[in-house]
Amino acid sequence: MLTVNRYKCCYCGACVGVCPTCALELVETFIEVSADCKECGICTKICPVGALEVKA
Amino acid sequence: MSMKCDVVVVGAGPGGSMAAKAAAQAGLRVALLEKRQEVGDPVRCAEGVGKRVLSQMVKPEPEWIAAEVKGARIYAPDGTSIVMSEDKGGAEVGYVLERKVFDRGLAMEAARAGAHVMVKTRAIGLLKKDGAPCGVSAMRIGEPLEIEAPIVIGADGVESKVGRWAGIDTTLKLKDIETCAQFLVTDTRVDDQYCEFFLGNSIAPGGYVWSFPKGEKLANVGLGILGSRSKPGEATRLLGEFMRSHFPNGKVLEMVVGGDPCAGPIESATADGVMLVGDAARQTDPLTGGGILTAMQAGMIAGEVAAKAISSGDVSREGLKEYEDRWRSDIGKGLARSYEFKEFFVKLTDEDLNQLIGSLKREDIAKMDLRGMLRVLFRLNPRLLWELRHLVV
Repeated sequence: MLTVNRYKCCYCGACVGVCPTCALELVETFIEVSADCKECGICTKICPVGALEVKA
Repeated sequence: MSMKCDVVVVGAGPGGSMAAKAAAQAGLRVALLEKRQEVGDPVRCAEGVGKRVLSQMVKPEPEWIAAEVKGARIYAPDGTSIVMSEDKGGAEVGYVLERKVFDRGLAMEAARAGAHVMVKTRAIGLLKKDGAPCGVSAMRIGEPLEIEAPIVIGADGVESKVGRWAGIDTTLKLKDIETCAQFLVTDTRVDDQYCEFFLGNSIAPGGYVWSFPKGEKLANVGLGILGSRSKPGEATRLLGEFMRSHFPNGKVLEMVVGGDPCAGPIESATADGVMLVGDAARQTDPLTGGGILTAMQAGMIAGEVAAKAISSGDVSREGLKEYEDRWRSDIGKGLARSYEFKEFFVKLTDEDLNQLIGSLKREDIAKMDLRGMLRVLFRLNPRLLWELRHLVV
């Protein structure tokens, strides 16, 4: 599953813009992941601070 | 809870605020939604804008401006540099803004024109009637709120959800986003006079490093790298490396990160009852990453077109076509040209970059505009730039 390290996340929303299934949402200061997430990992690559990770 | 208005604008950045202001000035009832508690904060921007275009749209208040610069200095990977003067240096230098104050100032102008500004109010979907959007459903301070409006203007930034809810595919490919990190740095090494740009595949693959001065020995030092050449946390890691080599004694007062679209003009920025402006419509300049002024321009057009569509009663995609036509002719052509330059630029090796910038060293480019400079570059490096010949003439 896709995990968001809330202690690293700077809530910029870059991940939201690249998500192919529109599964991410930036709510002020945190990222919400919906059930639409396909764990493709695209968002993890562009996270400027490395807060996103797909874990088995 | 529910309310009704003529236009609901999602996002109170520069694009959204200009759209709300223009629509309110034309007599419409406007709701301007900002999901954050504070307009303008946190910043996701390097804050550089061109003076002339900004002043054509608004009267710049002194407190919006952190610094004025003389021009831009561009460094090749080997350290060679060239200087462009401010008035010719393109749209991205001139003023370095204080976005927190600037964004709030523009939202205030919208409010004073009559727009109803609502903070901590997040759009979570479109209301639909017979399949066509007719407003937004929102969360306001944690409580559901429905806002009925014939027109929704999506100015919701890089996230761009309004567009996707309306069926416009705004999803960015990794090669069409720059992932960015920036520090607000105080250091005696800061150049207070010039916006500086540092090129090189090892310091910023597929992007560049910038240092934009913000007053006495203070600067936004940041970088953007191409998404397709990024890996988790890479932008922040590379910025740390740049700091160690260029500002080893720099003190960091603020950290900023963000994603910057560099996609070029999207196929459609309109749907029935919906217009997209700014980053949400990917109207950022793909080469420079600058998007403040284009968002403001598009926002003004969208606000005006909203008023016409409301009075004519046709808010269908066809009825909003004037917005599509006008943003494409005002800013779309420039974005398309910049996209071609960007696609070429990201392929250049450090040797290519050294050759290009080195070739200008002996030319008097201080008074040239970007176009003139490109013509000189092409004359001096025809083989390297052959692909771009159609853009140079």
